[in-house]
Amino acid sequence: MTTPPKPAPAAAGSRAGMKKELPERFKSYQHVWVFIEYEHGEVHPVGLELLGEGRKLADKLGVELAGVLVGAGREGLRQAAVEAWEHGADLVYVVDHPTLEHYRNDPYSQVLTELVNTYKPEVLLLGATVLGRDLAGSVATTVLTGLTADCTELAIDDDRCLAATRPTFGGSLLCTIFTLNTRPQMATIRPRVMAMPPRQPGRTGRLIEHKVALHEADIVTKVLRFVADRDSSKAQLAYADIVVAGGLGLRSPENLQHVRALASALGGDWGGSRPLVQKGWMPADRQIGQTGKTIRPKLYIAAGISGAIQHRVGVEGADLIIAINTDPHAPIFDFAHLGIVADAVELLPALTEAFRKRLSVNRLAG
Amino acid sequence: MHIVVCIKQVPDSAQIRVHPVTNTIMRQGVPTIINPYDLFALEEALRLRDKVGGEVTVLTMGPPMAEDALRKALGIGANRGVLLTDRFFAGSDTLATSFALAQAVRKIGETWGAPEVVFTGKQTIDGDTAQVGPGIARRLGLNQLTYVAAINAIDLEAGTIAVARRAEGGVQELSTKLPALITMLEGTNEIRRGTVPDVLRAARAKIEVWNAAAAGITEVGMCGLRGSPTVVKRVFAPTPRAAKAEQVEAKDRPYEAVAEDVMERIFAAQPAMEAELMRTAAGY
Ligand SMILES: Cc1cc2nc3c(=O)[nH]c(=O)nc-3n(C[C@H](O)[C@H](O)[C@H](O)COP(=O)(O)OP(=O)(O)OC[C@H]3O[C@@H](n4cnc5c(N)ncnc54)[C@H](O)[C@@H]3O)c2cc1C
Repeated sequence: MTTPPKPAPAAAGSRAGMKKELPERFKSYQHVWVFIEYEHGEVHPVGLELLGEGRKLADKLGVELAGVLVGAGREGLRQAAVEAWEHGADLVYVVDHPTLEHYRNDPYSQVLTELVNTYKPEVLLLGATVLGRDLAGSVATTVLTGLTADCTELAIDDDRCLAATRPTFGGSLLCTIFTLNTRPQMATIRPRVMAMPPRQPGRTGRLIEHKVALHEADIVTKVLRFVADRDSSKAQLAYADIVVAGGLGLRSPENLQHVRALASALGGDWGGSRPLVQKGWMPADRQIGQTGKTIRPKLYIAAGISGAIQHRVGVEGADLIIAINTDPHAPIFDFAHLGIVADAVELLPALTEAFRKRLSVNRLAG
Repeated sequence: MHIVVCIKQVPDSAQIRVHPVTNTIMRQGVPTIINPYDLFALEEALRLRDKVGGEVTVLTMGPPMAEDALRKALGIGANRGVLLTDRFFAGSDTLATSFALAQAVRKIGETWGAPEVVFTGKQTIDGDTAQVGPGIARRLGLNQLTYVAAINAIDLEAGTIAVARRAEGGVQELSTKLPALITMLEGTNEIRRGTVPDVLRAARAKIEVWNAAAAGITEVGMCGLRGSPTVVKRVFAPTPRAAKAEQVEAKDRPYEAVAEDVMERIFAAQPAMEAELMRTAAGY
């Protein structure tokens, strides 16, 4: 077990946090870092999305963008580093150790804390995944710095500070949060909130291998078993190119079949608004919106969904939003690209039929 | 065994209405509830106590009226409630909150015995950060188990616990040493209804009310606004999209015709999509 951090002496004067005077010891903190989740031989896409966003921040600051890769297995980590370079990283810190094969809070937070204290980044971004949230809270508490969860927008302000914007309670308002007097400035961002940057094949960078002194015998938490999800629907919904969703306007759980049928005709995935989860019509991992999944499909079809702000923030990144609603004044028509004032229970099967017909005709012709 | 459950009193989101013009949340008259995620932690703690014996202490930090949340928890079956309340705590971010709560857990341990397990909910519905649990674990040097779906085994003699937790892409079964901090996943159990004696006891029970000094907190600079490295600088409404949705006329037309129309418009807006769909369809 690790010892708890020692509290730092309080800054003199009240409301010290309101002053933007960075203490001397933090002035050497430089560069933007992205923690890239690497597990089971794979890079989590959110790490690459954050490299895209981190690149913009680093360019604005005129500093370097670094990826942080922690795991076990030389070849896999090397491949992951290539992916990081090709998605915009200038350099990648790699920590390769057998104890890091599966995520565990203790060794991972030890390693990330050590990297932060050694190389001193000014900004550290992590995915707001179960892993990222588990890790970020530990590291921020150990180094005693600010951490903003679930940001939807990141920017650099005039004082070279990270401006992290997130929805406030209820999501009807946004707020911008700063970490003024400590470094690094930490933030987590949900998958799919930031766009995936285009891959630049052949782009390379530096690799810094950082050696750590970890001993399995010192780590009291052991992984007994890992049972992979049978159905990876969780990942599919967030990353699907086409999503069809239903809301209370469907009137009954049976009518969700029309949503599923259209999604399957289009080879996409399906979901719904929060009340459908609360009523037990569908499982929680199908919920789309602020407290559910954020999606960025090429096509989003919302049937019988009013378009409350909490729903809106989860779908606004879609390229094309189609709304079907009987109420011409429904707020969803304020942000949909195409609207149809119609009964979704009738129109959905007609749409499924139209797509099925077109696709089969073309298939015969082609 | 001694179990501490950290809970928070929050506004009932189901009752929240947003002001149509100012876009602000209308909190007036909104009833408060125990953060729904915390109820899974409380129930799991009570089950653990029922199984191995011991006591459950509920802890909350908040304004004096947060005492209601503690009484509710006592009515459900918790043994003791501690309210941490002081003006020094106002404006705490997650780092300052975890500092104050960790100190209070330490004091609870000194007073009634060191807890083997500290529980929190997965996150709160008003802050949604999921950072306070890990913060407490770190400050107290507790082994951290977040997003726990089930406690599979506990052995007080050996000082070990085994759990199943939600991890990326699957379920991780872990074992670790006590003391541990557990954040409970939602939907993993169902909160019990308090027994009549518990409800009666809760109404009369003495709630321990601690200010910073009583909780043994000497560094008030670590608390509240001063102890919070993050600062909220700006609160604003999201900008609406400029254009309203283009409409497909549906009135007095057969659904088939409307559907055809919608499909054509989708393909017109997303020229590559038809070819992509063909490729997927051909794969069937
Ligand atoms: C803290 C908080 C977090 C939240 N998080 C989320 C979230 O993550 N995701 C989310 O979705 N919501 C979330 N909500 C809830 C959100 O505020 C709305 O209540 C919810 O999105 C409304 O769901 P709905 O559109 O399905 O239902 P309603 O608002 O009831 O809308 C139903 C719509 O269907 C239309 N309709 C009726 N009949 C038909 C028909 N036959 N054909 C077509 N249309 C029809 C109606 O005109 C209406 O517009 C959250 C709320 C809070 C307070």
